[in-house]
Amino acid sequence: MQVGVGLPSTVPGTQRQLIIEWACRADKGPFSSLGVLDRMVYDSYDPLMTLGAVAGITHRVKLATTIVIGPLHNTALLAKTAASLDALSSGRLVLGLAVGARKDDYIAAGIDYRGRGKRLTEQLSSLRSLWEENHIGPKSVRSNGPDLLVGGLSDQGYARMVRYTDGYVHGGGPPRAFARAADKAYAAWSDAGRPGKPQLWAQGYFALGDDAVKQTGYHYLRDYYAFTGPFAERIASGLLTSPQAVAQFMRGYQDAGCDELVLFPTVADLAQLDRLAEILHGLGKWRAG
Amino acid sequence: MKIVILGAGPAGLYSGLLIKKTNPSHDITIIERNAADVTYGWGVVFSDRTLASFQRADNKTYEQITDQFVIWDAIDVYYRDQKISCGGHIISSISRKSLLYILQRRCLELGISIKFSCEISNLAELGDYDLLIAADGLNSIVRKTYESIFKPSLEFGKARYIWLGADKVLDAFTFIFRENEHGLFQVHSYPFNGTTSTFIVECDEASWLKAGLDSADEAQSLAYCQQLLANNLDGATLLSNNSKWISFPLLKTQHWHHKNIVLLGDAIHTAHFSIGSGTKLAMEDAIALSSALEQHQELETALNEYELERKPVVEIFQKAARESQAYFETLKSYLALDPVQFTFNLLTRSGRITYDDLRLRDPRFGDMVDRWATQQANSKLSATNGRYPERSAGSVDTPPPSLTPFVTLSAAQGLVAPPPMFTPMRLRNINLHNRIVLSPLSSCSVQDGMPGEINTKQIQSAAASGAGLVVTEPIAISPDGRITPAGIGLYNANHVETWTRLVESIHTHTQAKIAIQLNHSGRRGSTRPREEGLDRPLLDGNWPLISASSIPYTPYSQVPKAIDRADMDRVRDDFLLATRKAQEAGFDMVQLNFAHGYLLASFISPLSNLRNDEYGGTLEHRMRFPLELFDAVRAVWPQERPISVVISASDCVKGGFDIDEAVIVAKMFKEHGCEIIAIVTGQTTIDSEPSYGRGFLTPFSDRIRNEAGIPTMVGGYITTSDEVNTMLAAGRADLCIMNPPQLHDLYWAASATAQT
Repeated sequence: MQVGVGLPSTVPGTQRQLIIEWACRADKGPFSSLGVLDRMVYDSYDPLMTLGAVAGITHRVKLATTIVIGPLHNTALLAKTAASLDALSSGRLVLGLAVGARKDDYIAAGIDYRGRGKRLTEQLSSLRSLWEENHIGPKSVRSNGPDLLVGGLSDQGYARMVRYTDGYVHGGGPPRAFARAADKAYAAWSDAGRPGKPQLWAQGYFALGDDAVKQTGYHYLRDYYAFTGPFAERIASGLLTSPQAVAQFMRGYQDAGCDELVLFPTVADLAQLDRLAEILHGLGKWRAG
Repeated sequence: MKIVILGAGPAGLYSGLLIKKTNPSHDITIIERNAADVTYGWGVVFSDRTLASFQRADNKTYEQITDQFVIWDAIDVYYRDQKISCGGHIISSISRKSLLYILQRRCLELGISIKFSCEISNLAELGDYDLLIAADGLNSIVRKTYESIFKPSLEFGKARYIWLGADKVLDAFTFIFRENEHGLFQVHSYPFNGTTSTFIVECDEASWLKAGLDSADEAQSLAYCQQLLANNLDGATLLSNNSKWISFPLLKTQHWHHKNIVLLGDAIHTAHFSIGSGTKLAMEDAIALSSALEQHQELETALNEYELERKPVVEIFQKAARESQAYFETLKSYLALDPVQFTFNLLTRSGRITYDDLRLRDPRFGDMVDRWATQQANSKLSATNGRYPERSAGSVDTPPPSLTPFVTLSAAQGLVAPPPMFTPMRLRNINLHNRIVLSPLSSCSVQDGMPGEINTKQIQSAAASGAGLVVTEPIAISPDGRITPAGIGLYNANHVETWTRLVESIHTHTQAKIAIQLNHSGRRGSTRPREEGLDRPLLDGNWPLISASSIPYTPYSQVPKAIDRADMDRVRDDFLLATRKAQEAGFDMVQLNFAHGYLLASFISPLSNLRNDEYGGTLEHRMRFPLELFDAVRAVWPQERPISVVISASDCVKGGFDIDEAVIVAKMFKEHGCEIIAIVTGQTTIDSEPSYGRGFLTPFSDRIRNEAGIPTMVGGYITTSDEVNTMLAAGRADLCIMNPPQLHDLYWAASATAQT
């Protein structure tokens, strides 16, 4: 398993300088990827634009969306943006798409909330062809285009995952929840007769430091997930606030078959990145590469 | 706070005493419509985990409850006049009457007022309260008053049951299955107070009607059951307590609280008695409610917290209970199983108890299952001997030397036995030395259908890793039957040569047998390699496709030609040529692919077969060409060697081919001489949405094996020996296609050696 780190692009108050510096430091290791999240109606940056901003100043890390709300985008424009981002980052883009969970994002974008699953399916089925055919350009730096993942699946969604994509992005939760999803992904993949294994990505949230830091982290998660009602509290309770918790979380995900775990900050402070890097260094085996 | 509790059952009493205990200033009144000493039901069952939560909640009542407990650890199953026992299940029970008495006393001691014999018909009669706790059971007047808010749903089970007692001491949880001229009756019985036991008698509606129990009064029902169970009662008398035959009411409720009203226990959810969780869930609700009220000042928050905590837990139990209920409703299909297997099947019905769990609980039971499985396997080895003409010595049909002691030294049989996965199986004259199947999937592209070195290395490594049988991936019977131009085939002399070398090396160096899976891709042909996704047409060089009807597989797929009779003849002849080549190459078995939307599957599914000639329409018509092809292959394939077919047991689409039809199809193939059915689901159209997960194909295999009476082979992401042993011992499949994660490494390593 590889470990990536999220950019603080959805943590309110994050400034340009923090994102640039965060990306530069993460690129030096020990992280294997930089992740971004998508939210329309929130004090946050556009995920693909954010990755565009860091594509030029990083050289090594994968640039991953976990996820982008696909149906909010015109498919051809999304294909073009993703292909551009992949080319501008020398083939480091991992495009994770999902339908998202917020109705107000759709209302704000003027996109019908109903039928979003179908729209995503259509998107998944045509993105790869758009990249391969090189009709809209830019010419793909990789023959099949960027890695394509899908997240937020219902039980039945795994059939679509194996039909169109390279793998699955898990939405978060304890390792046991991920393990069940991983079983479904593997079962669907081999049932479909696709060779090898699906890429399995997952994510978690961390806030490392004193009580004030933790409280800031909890506060952010409660706010970010306020739309889920009482579940926001449950999501907040999964916040990783100690090196021990981070280590066990990573171990749990690794044992469950995760290929890449992206840990997202909840506090807009470079010290968070350094503390996470320290934990990874301390655990030895989590070195990039 | 002024709290009114409606109902003095376990949920009402327990929530009252727990709330009063944590905050004695609450003014609590419990209102009960029955008198203090009137109680229905006999014993209630608790697990040790539930007891631990009682201990934390209120130690005083916990001690009194455990003082009166009957605890036992065995489950006895009476079936076909045999008794099979399995120990190690810690279960305890108490009479409902004693439980209520303990809880009532504790309530009074804490200063709760209980008003008995007080019928409430209108909530206005309750006067003022700050919180109303509705623990008034299945017929809750509170729930009914606010039905539009709580949104309950009630669904009745298909079976009929009656809740009786008996003045009989039992030393185990006892399942009795008894068939008489009216049908099958099953009894769930357990001890609860040292002198009396609960007897729940259950049967399907047909048996109930045939026995005339619909018009029987309480005494007549009692007399009927007394006679039915005479052998098991040993002279003891069955007792009734206002007992009636009913259908199990499954109650689910969308919302659990409204303003200052909250529901719990049977008023809000029920779970089938076969998992013994009704009272347990009710009392756990009470614990959660009292602790939420303790932790949160604001009532709304507390009630939210209670619902949030309990609802997911209850839903899990309801799901398990629903499955258990369905199991007992469809039990008839397992009546062909031997008592040991029947018992194992019963004990593992929930999917939460496995072979390893039972072994740990009762090693002697585990050994018995192993011995039974081995004896069964060996008796079938000898039973089929000589049924088909043996081939000359040295051929693949002679059982390997390691099997001879099992067949001949009967005196030594049954003392020590391997677990079910290592028992042999005979298919016609082919002996498999164990029940593990591996089916490697090529991860390389080849030219002109010619198996590459990576393919052969991967298949060899599967054979060498201990499998009893290796089944190839779908192999094209003609160039246009390939899924992709990079796919492998068996349609020219060069192919035969390569396959022959591979089969020889497997027979020489391993004990494994090898089956070739023959396929025509139909409308799923002419696509790019699956590394790039599924069913994506070639960028160029596409070849014309055929299918049962002229419907493209995906919106981007080529429109296939509806196959005509000349095409059918050609396809059949290609299959026959491939079959002869497979024989020439020395394969032990042929597996024909009638699944996953390929050519032959396109006939079977009504979604892909819209023909109005004799090959479309009814299932018989849709099966005409598949069976014609099967018969043709069966006629040329050597009699002593088996043929398997792989079918999609369901389209996994509304209105599509389903498991009921799949059972019929399996019977057809059996009648036509098929030895074993391999089971997959879906992919017959792109709308197929199987519920993937660990073992997701097992229920399909279970139904086909036990209802069509034909051996089955099934995968579905099976990765551990525990899953395999559970499936085999329970009679849900005969061969298991395993897919442990290490396989990927193995195949990868194999392909690496091929490239160097």
